[in-house]
Amino acid sequence: MKKELKLPQKKKPVHTSDVVFNVINYAVFAIFTIICVYPFYYLVINTISANDLSAAGVINFLPQKLHIGNYVEVLKLNGLGDAALVSLMRTVIGTTATVLASAFLGFMFTQSRMWARSIWYRFIVITMYFNAGIIPMYITMKNLGLTNNFWVYVIPAVVQPFNIILVKTYIESIPKELQEAAEIDGAGIFKIFGKIILPACTPILATVAIFAAVAQWNSFQDTLIYITDQKLYSLQYLLYSYINQASSLATLVKNSTNIGAVANLATQQTATSIRMTVSVIVVLPILFIYPLFQRFFVKGIMIGSVKG
Amino acid sequence: MKKVAEIDLGRNKQQGAKSNLKKQMKGFRYFIYILPFLVLCFIFSYYPLYGWRYAFYDYKPPLQLSQCAFVGFKWFKMLFANPTQVSQLIKVMENTFGMSGLTLLTSVFPVAFAIFLSEIKCKWFKNIVQTLTTLPNFISWILVYSVAFSLFSTTGMVNSLLLHHGVISEAIKFLDSDSHTWLKMLLWNTWKGLGWGSIMYLAAISGVDQELYEAARVDGANRFKLMRYITLPALLPTFFVLLMLSVANILNNGMEQYYVFQNSFNKAHMQVLDLYVYNVGMTGASYSLATALSMMKSIVSVVLLVVVNVVSKATRGESII
Repeated sequence: MKKELKLPQKKKPVHTSDVVFNVINYAVFAIFTIICVYPFYYLVINTISANDLSAAGVINFLPQKLHIGNYVEVLKLNGLGDAALVSLMRTVIGTTATVLASAFLGFMFTQSRMWARSIWYRFIVITMYFNAGIIPMYITMKNLGLTNNFWVYVIPAVVQPFNIILVKTYIESIPKELQEAAEIDGAGIFKIFGKIILPACTPILATVAIFAAVAQWNSFQDTLIYITDQKLYSLQYLLYSYINQASSLATLVKNSTNIGAVANLATQQTATSIRMTVSVIVVLPILFIYPLFQRFFVKGIMIGSVKG
Repeated sequence: MKKVAEIDLGRNKQQGAKSNLKKQMKGFRYFIYILPFLVLCFIFSYYPLYGWRYAFYDYKPPLQLSQCAFVGFKWFKMLFANPTQVSQLIKVMENTFGMSGLTLLTSVFPVAFAIFLSEIKCKWFKNIVQTLTTLPNFISWILVYSVAFSLFSTTGMVNSLLLHHGVISEAIKFLDSDSHTWLKMLLWNTWKGLGWGSIMYLAAISGVDQELYEAARVDGANRFKLMRYITLPALLPTFFVLLMLSVANILNNGMEQYYVFQNSFNKAHMQVLDLYVYNVGMTGASYSLATALSMMKSIVSVVLLVVVNVVSKATRGESII
């Protein structure tokens, strides 16, 4: 390793154009990276700094007078608990359903014995390329009784062609002998699926799971279109409504906190502090999960692109 | 064991036929297992197409469709004959093509991003850049808007900084105005998608044979020549596939970004086709007109995809779907 690294450096004469290029290159990437991260940092430091300082716009680089009052107060907000539960449930249930269905269908579509297999495969895959539009979807959901129903978050997302393609492609790369050996031992198709295929596909299923989970957590449009019942709002939708009715919110919080308490400017909730705090709560899972699972994301997009 | 022996040897005709039947039964049973999923797929992807019939009625929501008047192509004609409708539609199409066009033009950014990032030899720096610049891709547009609001609203960070230092005397309306709306949307799009968009190209670069670079270096090529004549050509195939896909998706800007950023000030330059369909259908409650619009949009999109695919097959010998 060391040899490889050192040799070319010694040989190569250093050009000024090279140095200039390097400096500019590093600088541009450093700046763009900061632009990508700073907004999140800004939100976080403002939610943990004294609210009067934050409202005065002086918290730009370092937090001051730390307190966690914002988080404590925001958790008391009406509706936030429900919305967090809805978001959590749809992420957990929806992701599980998508992953299991994608795994099962991806596996079944590798079984050449299946009756008219390629027709059914195409039947599903082709749905990636068209959609009926918002209104026909809305009317369909309404007729099915899925409007104002938690399951509208889960059921339509169960069959996802792209994920099925990913899993099928992956299973095709697993040696066929595994399945054949199990068949000779008398294992049925479900046993083979559960005992052999599922464990063998963990990497690709992790990828599917992580994409599905992020999509569920971030989803906003389905709440907007199909849900009017406040109890079923997702966190994203709640955040959106908070941004739009920011001023009425502060009064709402004031009423919900202790009436007898002396108003303290540093910890008193403002519309801005509420909005930022909820934003941080919404983005935090992504911020934590993303660096840990980055390789799965990258793998997912690569396998997908190979298939095209 | 027995079954395999039967199939392999096929000694007895009767037995062979029997196992054949068994195999067919098994194939059919497999089909039964996936049937529930096929039904789900049908209900949520194919059945809504039947809802296109609403485009041919004068549908008024509380009524049943059978109680509404059949109007034939009235809505389609209206879109192209009614002067106010036509001017509105033209505006919407301008926005749609404008924003999609800008996205097409800037589709070279991720290529450049990847090429220049791969020139950075310091590994930890490269990893940090890659991880942090892909992060915005995974947050929702709502959060992007919340970020935008925190930084760029009249009381946001940028305005208070500028006011504080006396650069401006009055807060700039970044969000509540209609100046440079397309450009602002493009910038947010770039902020969110640039890092992620470059990942595929970075992987393509890491797949380039290192000997190519060695050979070129021996021949006296400098760094910029390597980038221009080796790295860049290696990325072109991927670039063209993605470019064709974006051409096929020219009508599908999606609506979330434009929905969250739209307000009464910038609506004229914000309404892309997807958002317009939503505004007409869900808020204007003209279900039939919106259905007619989405129907045309879907058909045009599918035709575009097929055309692009044919072009791709003819020019590159590969289909993209």
